Amino acid sequence: MTPGADNGRLPAAYLVPGSSSFAEFLSAQAPAMLPSGRTLPPGAAIDAPHGTTIVTLTYAGGVVMSGDRRATMGNLIANRDMEKVFATDEFSLVGIAGTAGLAIELVRLFQVELEHYEKIEGTLMSLEGKANRLASMIRGNLGMAMQGLSVVPLFAGFDAGTGIGRIFSYDVTGGCYEEHDHHSVGSGSLFARGSLKKLYRRAGTLDDAVRTAVEALYDAADDDSATGGPDVGRRIWPTIGIVDHDGARFVPDDEIAPVVDAIIAARVDNPGGAR
Amino acid sequence: MTAGMPFYVSPEQLMKDRADFARKGIARGRSVVVLAFDNGIAFVAENPSRALHKVSEIYDRIAFAAVGKYNEFENLRVAGVRYADLRGYSYDRSDVTARGLANAYAQTLGAVFTQESKPYEVEIVVAEVGSTPESDQVYRLTYDGSVADEHGFVAMGGGAEQIENGLKEQWREGMNLSEALVLAVGLLGTDPAGGPARQLTPTQLEVAVLDRNRPRRTFRRITGQLLERLLSTDDPTRDAPPADDGLDEHSTRDATTNPQTQRPTAQDGPPE
Repeated sequence: MTPGADNGRLPAAYLVPGSSSFAEFLSAQAPAMLPSGRTLPPGAAIDAPHGTTIVTLTYAGGVVMSGDRRATMGNLIANRDMEKVFATDEFSLVGIAGTAGLAIELVRLFQVELEHYEKIEGTLMSLEGKANRLASMIRGNLGMAMQGLSVVPLFAGFDAGTGIGRIFSYDVTGGCYEEHDHHSVGSGSLFARGSLKKLYRRAGTLDDAVRTAVEALYDAADDDSATGGPDVGRRIWPTIGIVDHDGARFVPDDEIAPVVDAIIAARVDNPGGAR
Repeated sequence: MTAGMPFYVSPEQLMKDRADFARKGIARGRSVVVLAFDNGIAFVAENPSRALHKVSEIYDRIAFAAVGKYNEFENLRVAGVRYADLRGYSYDRSDVTARGLANAYAQTLGAVFTQESKPYEVEIVVAEVGSTPESDQVYRLTYDGSVADEHGFVAMGGGAEQIENGLKEQWREGMNLSEALVLAVGLLGTDPAGGPARQLTPTQLEVAVLDRNRPRRTFRRITGQLLERLLSTDDPTRDAPPADDGLDEHSTRDATTNPQTQRPTAQDGPPE
């Protein structure tokens, strides 16, 4: 298809003032390009790569989000260095669990949605506004979710008004819930949540939050085969995103390595990490 | 077209009337200057409004400037953002070009000029900053859909002719941002009727740049103190510092938005 072509002229719908939502524009102009714009044959079940565990927790002045790097397909490892935590604009992060292909497409659409709004309106969307836009995109995916292709994101952002990091979780029907302190989604999330409960310190430092996130993922990988632990041989570490008043950024690998090494060392002869 | 018109009007006369109409509308507005400097392309408009922009971001390396009727060029701007975002979403960010957008605008303006009851009273510039000054592209589009591929500078609006003459004399390649802005602001303040020149202050100006050295979204508005410093000949500030807008070097504004290539380290890949 050639978007925007109408004998070379911009189609009339492009010139209509109104919506600053890219997703709405896309659903009117090219509905087949929406992640939710496809229908699956009834009863078909396919095996597609799944992303697994995401953890997120707040600290004084911001929020940290971390994800393991594994994608699984049944009992196989489909990908061992996949990214599952993304910056969606200057002040927000999204982590994804569920069907990887759909989730990545959804994140891409969400990123364009936020930038599109910023360009058309000349201002950034509010944090709740972003959380709600993501909810409506998840809702659009309900049909796919009922056939086993669900996407469950975790959204975190910096609220410039109050100066704190906030966390929003979702269910497959598009329900959006604000979480306090910490949260986790994906197959290893039960174990990660247990770990977070014990390790989380309210209004702690960034370094502590990064260590807690990595340790929670370590605990998830310990008990969940679909969650990848730190891959020491290949030097593949979890993705760690941070968002605070300076914006969203990722912790570089050479800063993650010492954190991982310290956790691995502390777990020798103390596999459960008892304190 | 115009069915029921009681007497014959030659196509030449009809087009001439429409062109005169559009030109008059455009000439009423204040001017916009677009000019190249060493690190990018600068846009300078006399515009006391902070909310109704004449210069805007379209895409990573593309910006839009316009004069004329606000509601008409605002519609074109929004259409441009939609065109660019849809194209970037269906292909890749690098597949969105100023040339493609200028073409779409030209077809649109041309069709409106000949087919609709009145032409758009606008003149617009679509500019794309390249990795080198030689690869910069500046397209100027007029109300009838004609396109001109400009080099170095463009002036549009009320006093455009006089400002262009000034630019022809004084603009040169490799000017820094401060020199380019001082030149543009000086020319915007000259009176087309020959009266005394006005000294425009930063609050009367809308200034933005496409900065070729920024990694992804190169568009940036220049306001407040930075604009004052750039316009002051006593101040040593000659260019917009890269991190001046409160974003550090790793800002996600600069990162790619292809989810799987977002982190620079992801491209290096882990050792096998």
